Amino acid sequence: MTQGNKVAYPVVPGPEGILPPAATMMGVPLPEEGEGLVEGRIVGEQEALETAAIALLTRKNATLFPGPLVLWGWNDHTNEKAKYFFDVANELPGIRIIPMPDYRPIYPKIDPEAVINPCHPNLTIWHNKIEACVFIGVHCHFANITLKMVRAGTNCYTIALCAEAGHEDAMCSVPNFDIEKLVRFRDAIIKVKKNGIKPLYEGKGIIPTGWAQISRLSGKPVEKPKDDLLEVGVTGAFSHELETGLDDTAE
Amino acid sequence: MSLKTIQAAPGFQDYLPKEYQDLLEDGPFFQQRKVSELGSFKEAIEEHPMCAGCAMTLFIRLVYVGLPSLEHTVICGTAGCGRLAISQGAVPFVYGNYGDTNAVATGLKRGLDIRFKDQPKDVVVMAGDGGLADIGFHAVMHSWFRKEKFTTIMLDNEVYGNTGGQDSGMTQKGMVMKMAPTGKKFEKMDMLGLAKTAGVAYTARISPTNPTRVANTVRKAVLIAREVGPTFIQAYTSCNIEYAIPTPKVMDDAREVEKDRYGYLEYFSDEAKTYWEESEKERKRLRKAEK
Ligand SMILES: Cc1ncc(C[n+]2csc(CCOP(=O)(O)OP(=O)(O)O)c2C)c(N)n1
Ligand code: SF4
Repeated sequence: MTQGNKVAYPVVPGPEGILPPAATMMGVPLPEEGEGLVEGRIVGEQEALETAAIALLTRKNATLFPGPLVLWGWNDHTNEKAKYFFDVANELPGIRIIPMPDYRPIYPKIDPEAVINPCHPNLTIWHNKIEACVFIGVHCHFANITLKMVRAGTNCYTIALCAEAGHEDAMCSVPNFDIEKLVRFRDAIIKVKKNGIKPLYEGKGIIPTGWAQISRLSGKPVEKPKDDLLEVGVTGAFSHELETGLDDTAE
Repeated sequence: MSLKTIQAAPGFQDYLPKEYQDLLEDGPFFQQRKVSELGSFKEAIEEHPMCAGCAMTLFIRLVYVGLPSLEHTVICGTAGCGRLAISQGAVPFVYGNYGDTNAVATGLKRGLDIRFKDQPKDVVVMAGDGGLADIGFHAVMHSWFRKEKFTTIMLDNEVYGNTGGQDSGMTQKGMVMKMAPTGKKFEKMDMLGLAKTAGVAYTARISPTNPTRVANTVRKAVLIAREVGPTFIQAYTSCNIEYAIPTPKVMDDAREVEKDRYGYLEYFSDEAKTYWEESEKERKRLRKAEK
């Protein structure tokens, strides 16, 4: 399906406020094979891949959120796909990887440096000040809620690399995301860097997230990332001062 | 598709949170853990938001030890205190609407049997007395009449704990509670008798006073359900909040109630008895051969 320039509803970074509408209810269609969806508009696949690449290279604390469908070696295809996932990660300087291993509601607390949970994804995004992220391997019904919650409460640019139909609630999405598309995505990242997009962070590769936890608890030596890599963004979503001294009895 | 769901894809192991790494390296999967090993391996459930000292949480913890193959189990629960903990367990949990558990479990079990012909999949309903004996009563009874092959575990705290103290059919006659100010009007329902009448293959009544017995009873119920027919465990899991039991006295209460009116009871149908005796013999033979 092509759509011209008209956007029924722009799906852009929030915070949009509590309970944003489902983009599909606002008339945003799903992309077909060979297409992508960028901020509510159907575009060609290559344009969507490059848009995602630029967001991940230029926004602060970009993070990959692998979900259960890629994280667990539950079939041969997944085991094969893992290598290509890391090929993509290695082209993104300073990228973080924070897993969503399952959909348990995780109460009473989560460790937002080590995990993201679909029932309160905003906690991980707020804590790590993530301004661009990729959901990959998350089942559709949980991705739907998660993407809406992220749009509701954060200024994070969401990218859904979906093995099925794509996600209209993500800011950028490409459907049927198989190994070939992971390879094309890696190539798109290389291409935009070559064309002059300067990555926000220097160097190569992945910052170990949850490093404090990993090194302390597992006994594995993990190097702390340089402070400038940990620098956090101060933007609309996070800039509010904590209000203190609220009067409980005020009307 | 393979069934190797419980291993990380290459490269991802190091990115898993510590809890998950422990579950993979030293968890309860692919082996039958024992109560005596508690504290020495990573359990399927640890943190939960239930009240401190709640006997139900102890019981649920022991259920996870007793389940014969966690990696092939789906637990079905519903509204009520128990699901607050059960939904945190490292075992798939399906939330049936209040009253629907045994209908949902029926569909699950039948679907899994069609989908996985060569691998037994266990479905276990675990829910409160209100969920099973009151609002889910018809679904429970009909799953038994239909001889559906799954286990139903009633977390019998003799009250609607999660909603603040209404009486259930399983509350004792005369009991006065916060939201039953004039006292429960009729006798505690005889769910064990009803189960027997409906043709349940194995029923047990139990308190959490003897942890090994809890785990063994759960294991027995699940294995019999796999091969013979429906099984039912009715477990006294006191609500220390609604019954105002001081936290350190929760186990004293369990022992007293057990002695008074909740002693250990087991009932086998003839078919279940034959199956269980033979399978125990076989297990003993295998253990001997291993030595
Ligand atoms: C259809 C429906 N009716 C009512 C409720 C409200 N509700 C939630 S928990 C609960 C009581 C639970 O009591 P019980 O099943 O005995 O479990 P407990 O909390 O005591 O463990 C009720 C009535 C609901 N969630 N759904
Ligand atoms: S209300 Fe009662 S049954 Fe529920 S968690 Fe608290 S003590 Fe346990």
